[in-house]
Amino acid sequence: MSVQSPAPERVAPQGAPRAPRRVGFSQRLSRWDVKLSPYLYISPFFILFAITGLFPLIYTAYVSVHQWSLLGGQGDYIGFQNFTDIFAQPAFWRSLRNTFSIFLLSSVPQVLVAIVIAALLDQNLRAKTFWRMGVLLPYVVAPVAVGLIFGRMFADQSGLINGALGFFGIDPIRWHVDALASHVAIASMVNFRWTGYNALIFLAAMQAVPRELYEAAIIDGAGRVRQFFSITIPQIRATIIFVVLTSTIGGLQIFDEPRVFDEAGRGGSSQQWMTTTLYLYDVGWGTQRNLGRAAAVAWVLFLIVVVIGFVNFAITNRISTSGADRTTTRTRRQRRAAARSSRRSA
Amino acid sequence: MSSVPTTRQTAGAGAARAAARRSSRKVGGYDRRPGALTYVLLGAAVLIGLGPLYYTLLLGSSDPIAIAQSSLPQLFPDASLFDNFSKVISSDAFDFWKAFGNSLFIALVASATTVLFSTLAGFSFAKLSFKGRRPLLVFVIATMAVPTQLGVIPLYIIMAKIGWIGSLQAVIVPALVTAFGVFWMTQYLEEALPFELIEAARVDGASMFRTFWSIAMPAARPAAAMLALFTFVTQWTNFFWPSIVLNQSNPTLPVAVRLLQANYFVDYSLVMAGVFLITLPLIILFIFAGRQLVAGIMAGAVKG
Repeated sequence: MSVQSPAPERVAPQGAPRAPRRVGFSQRLSRWDVKLSPYLYISPFFILFAITGLFPLIYTAYVSVHQWSLLGGQGDYIGFQNFTDIFAQPAFWRSLRNTFSIFLLSSVPQVLVAIVIAALLDQNLRAKTFWRMGVLLPYVVAPVAVGLIFGRMFADQSGLINGALGFFGIDPIRWHVDALASHVAIASMVNFRWTGYNALIFLAAMQAVPRELYEAAIIDGAGRVRQFFSITIPQIRATIIFVVLTSTIGGLQIFDEPRVFDEAGRGGSSQQWMTTTLYLYDVGWGTQRNLGRAAAVAWVLFLIVVVIGFVNFAITNRISTSGADRTTTRTRRQRRAAARSSRRSA
Repeated sequence: MSSVPTTRQTAGAGAARAAARRSSRKVGGYDRRPGALTYVLLGAAVLIGLGPLYYTLLLGSSDPIAIAQSSLPQLFPDASLFDNFSKVISSDAFDFWKAFGNSLFIALVASATTVLFSTLAGFSFAKLSFKGRRPLLVFVIATMAVPTQLGVIPLYIIMAKIGWIGSLQAVIVPALVTAFGVFWMTQYLEEALPFELIEAARVDGASMFRTFWSIAMPAARPAAAMLALFTFVTQWTNFFWPSIVLNQSNPTLPVAVRLLQANYFVDYSLVMAGVFLITLPLIILFIFAGRQLVAGIMAGAVKG
C-alpha cells in the first residue's frame, strides 16, 4: 500500500549535499507520478472508447435525423423521415424476422448442447486436454470461412446435407430458397463455431461446484440425472445467464455468415436470410447508399439489443433461481464466484 | 507351473487392486472413469468439428464439374489441392500475399497494443488507488455489453474525413485496446501481483512506470499471452468492419476470400482451397497454443 502513502523521504548522505531545489523538484515529480500515473495508465482505453465506441454510437442519432448519402455527405435535417422510410420497407421487417429466427435457432440449441458437452467433459476423462481442445477447434475457423463451407454443405444441388438426406430417402431441402431452411443452415454455422467454446465456459463453472453437494445427493439416493438438474444447473446459473447474454448481443448482430451464404451476399433473392445488420450494410453501402437511413437502422437495432438483453437477463435469472431455492445453501466461495460472474455479465 | 494359474493369479491381483481402489474412493465415486458412451458422444462432437474442415479439403482438391455432379466427389484429398492453392495465390481477384501480410500485420499490432494498454490499465485498476477507481472499472465492464459495432456509420464517416478508407489504420486503430482486455488483466493482476513487490520497488525509488515495467509486466505474462492469443484470433477472423473500410486492392484475408467467392463462384474448388488457406494459419496456431486457449476460456474468457 506504499503506493498511496507519500513517497519515502530520501536521506541524503552527509558530506554529499545536494542542491535543495533539485530534491524538492524530484519529490514533487514523484508525488505527481503517484497521483497522475493511475489515470494516465487507464487513459488509452477511455480515449479510444470515447472516439471509436461512444461518440459513434451517439453521433448515429445525429446522422439518423439527417439526409446523409454515402457519396454526397451530410444534407438537411429531416426529423424522423429516415425512420419512417425504413419502417415502410418490407425488407426491414423481414430482416427483423430473420434475425430473431436465426438467433433463436442458434442460441437455444447451442446453450443446451454446450451444457451437455460440458457435463460430458466434467468427468474423470482420459486425455482431458485432447477432448477439450477437440471441441474448441471450430472456434479458430473464421465465420466467413464457416459460412462458405456450410454454404456449400447446404447447397441445394449436390450439397452434402441433401446428399445425406437422399441416402435416407428424404427429399432434398431447398436451403437457399425456403426462409426457415436457410435460417436453420445459418444457425448451424453459428452453433458450429460457438458450442464448444461455450461448453468450456460451462465446464469451468461446473468444476467450481463443491463436490460435497454431489456426495450428499448420492447419499440421499439421487441418480445422475437428478443430480444434474438439482445441483449442476442451479449451481452454474450465473454462468448460464452470462453465456445467454453474450450470445444475445452477438447473435442479434449476425452478419458474416448470412453475407457469404450465397455469391450475391444480399440475403437471398427475396431477402429470406437477410439479417438486420446485413440490411444495415445494404442500406448504407449496398443498393441504397444512404447513411442516414442506415443510421436509423443501427439505432433501432441498438435499442432492440439492449431491450432483449434485459429481457433475457430477467427470464434466465428467474428460471435458474427457481431451481436454486431447493438446493443446499451455497458456500461463501460459491457466493463470491456467483457475484463475480454476475457482475461480469452486468 | 502352467500359465493358467499364473494368469488367474495376475487377474486376481489386478481385480483386488481395482477393488481396493474403488472402495477407497468417496461414496458415489465421482471420480470413477466414465463409460464408453461418454467417449462415443465426445468423439462425435469432435468429428462434427473436424468434418467440415475435411470436407473443405475434399472440395478443394476437386474440380467444378465433379462438385456439380456429386455431393461427395471423392473420399480423400489429392494433389490437385496444391494446384488449386497456387491458383488462389496467383489469382487476379486480389493479391494473396498482400492480404496475408495485412491480416498478419493487423493481428500482430492489435495483439501487442491490446496487451500493453490492457496491462497498464489492469495494473492501475488492480493495484493503484485513485479517485473514481471503482466507478470507472464498472464503466469498463459495462461497455462490454454495449453493441459498439452499431456505431459503424459515424466511424465510417470519420475514417472517410481523415482519408483512411482503404488503409490499414482504419482497422487497427479501433482495435488498439478492448474493454475485455482491461477487465481480464485487472482480474488477473488483482490476484497474481502481491502488494509487497510493488512496495519494495517503490521503496527502492522506482518510478511508477518502472514499477509497472519491471514488476507488473513480468507478473502478468501468463494472462498477457492468453490475451494476445484471443486478440490475434479475433482480428484474424474479423470481417464486418474490414469489409466496409477496406477494398479490393488492399484487403485482409477474410475480405479477400469473399472476393474469391464473388469472382469465382463457378469454380467452388478454388473457393474452398482459398477457405482452407486462410484457416490453415490459425489451425497451426491452435495445434501449438490450443492448450492456452482452453485454459484462457476456462479462466473466464468471454467472446471477443
